[in-house]
Amino acid sequence: MSRAPLPYSSKILELFRNPKNLGKMEDATVCAIAGSPACGDMIAFYLKINEDEVIEKATFESYGCAANIATASITTEMVKGKKLEDAWKISWKKVADEVGGLPTVKFHCGILSVGAVRRAIREFYKKKDEKPSWLQDELTIEEKHALEEEELARVLSKKLAKVLSKKTGGK
Amino acid sequence: MGDFVIFKSVEKLIKAHEGIEREVYLDLENSSPIPTEIVEAMIPYFSEKAYGNPTITHKPGWMAYEEIQKASGRIAEYVGASSIEEINFTPGETESNNLALIGTALANKKKGSKIVVSEIEPLSITFASKMLEKYGFKVEKIPVDSEGFVSLEKLLDAIDKETILVSIMLVNHEIGTVEPIKEAVKIVKEKNPEILFHTDASDAYGKIPINVDELGVDLMTLSSYKILGPRGIGALYAREGVNVKRLLEGQIGTQKLWPGVENVPLIIGFLKASELAFKNFGENISRMKKLRTRLIGGIFERISETVLNGPKGDKRAPDNVNISILHCEGEALTIELSLRGVYVSSGSACTRLILQPSHVLTAIGRKFEEAHGSVLMKVTRYHTDEDIEYVLKVFPKAVERLRVISSIKGDAK
Repeated sequence: MSRAPLPYSSKILELFRNPKNLGKMEDATVCAIAGSPACGDMIAFYLKINEDEVIEKATFESYGCAANIATASITTEMVKGKKLEDAWKISWKKVADEVGGLPTVKFHCGILSVGAVRRAIREFYKKKDEKPSWLQDELTIEEKHALEEEELARVLSKKLAKVLSKKTGGK
Repeated sequence: MGDFVIFKSVEKLIKAHEGIEREVYLDLENSSPIPTEIVEAMIPYFSEKAYGNPTITHKPGWMAYEEIQKASGRIAEYVGASSIEEINFTPGETESNNLALIGTALANKKKGSKIVVSEIEPLSITFASKMLEKYGFKVEKIPVDSEGFVSLEKLLDAIDKETILVSIMLVNHEIGTVEPIKEAVKIVKEKNPEILFHTDASDAYGKIPINVDELGVDLMTLSSYKILGPRGIGALYAREGVNVKRLLEGQIGTQKLWPGVENVPLIIGFLKASELAFKNFGENISRMKKLRTRLIGGIFERISETVLNGPKGDKRAPDNVNISILHCEGEALTIELSLRGVYVSSGSACTRLILQPSHVLTAIGRKFEEAHGSVLMKVTRYHTDEDIEYVLKVFPKAVERLRVISSIKGDAK
């Protein structure tokens, strides 16, 4: 429960202040959410994908901290104009580099962004009922992490509910 | 990790946006600016006056001795202690709390092995009790209600023949709850007068009237920076006859519970801060209460979906404001407000090392999402009405911006 010092890079602060590609996309081809409001980080990605499987437009929404907003924003910039196969290959480390480095406790923000993009891509092919050869069956680390974080939030919320009901019969 | 934020990049950001009309520091929980009159009182003691070691027999030493005695005496008066021997200077709240908990447990372990604390103590109590558990002590935590008041029934149930120490804070540092310590002491002492009672009064000293005899406590923590004095100094009141073991060993000077050379300039700063807090005490308190009430009311008027954390009225410390702004992440809000000149802190999980929200907020039953958007602010007698109006002017803008970014609210699912 101790606090962590958070010396954010100026790039993170700039993106936090002026995020690019912010907001819901009405004509999105696909949308994916990662995280949960309970764990504190929750991002939504909206991708518009054309017939050549190129991401024409990417936008995001974030219910999270400055690092969360900045990494989500930079990720939308990084995937824009890319073929899905190339967008799939973007790693969270690349995202972290692009924002000028992340404090250790905020690595998971970069991981969550990449996890959300990959979820969206998977969803796109699932809808299409297709599976390109480069799309691995097994979940990638980033996707697993997003799942783990959601699971953690579920467990913590349950634990909390249990503690509270034990204490006073719930509040 | 490369290019970290320094003033320049933050300043550039601020200039590129709306600019700052005024700076209002409300993060008194975590540190404080020291008013000039306190700094000025300290300055001569660095190199001109009383710079000697108080245990050595020469003029600068005797002068230091005299100043320490004088400061202990004044602080003893402010809390109603019967002698200056009962005031022990320490490097601060963390050290006083560790000393009170671990030092008392070790000195009294022949009498028993159980310690009772509340669920919403500061980390220096929570973690010190965790450490004691590792060394064989039993620790029981007393729950609190939705406003942060400890359950006196549960307290009564928790104390038994093994109990040697109870520690419950006088005013909660995050949500401002003024705990019923007098009643708690009565319950404990009626069951077993041998049990020692410690209270962390860091957030109470200078903000509500305190008298150790009226409260009936045996040990009490005081902090200097919480009343705008310098950091690095505090005190532990220990009633005469109470056994406390020193945590550090070394040269014992005037402070029997804390070895090392006394820091006279800091002690003078602590004294001056105390004098200023207690001079016009009633007036100071009503001023803080007025500002606090305006700040809480103003935020509720201007921002929808907000929750007050902690009690209302006289059971809340006069300086404390803690509000959860729903659909808004607290760490992002601290930065957003900072770029507008308003400095606050948050109990959001995002600000914590293990990414879990404030234990105080979860103890009063706040959901993770609610703790996530919490903002903690404290007012001082130095704040003006204009300061508060400025905060109220920029606050809705900051919240609005973040709520736009976080518009997911789960409906995208």
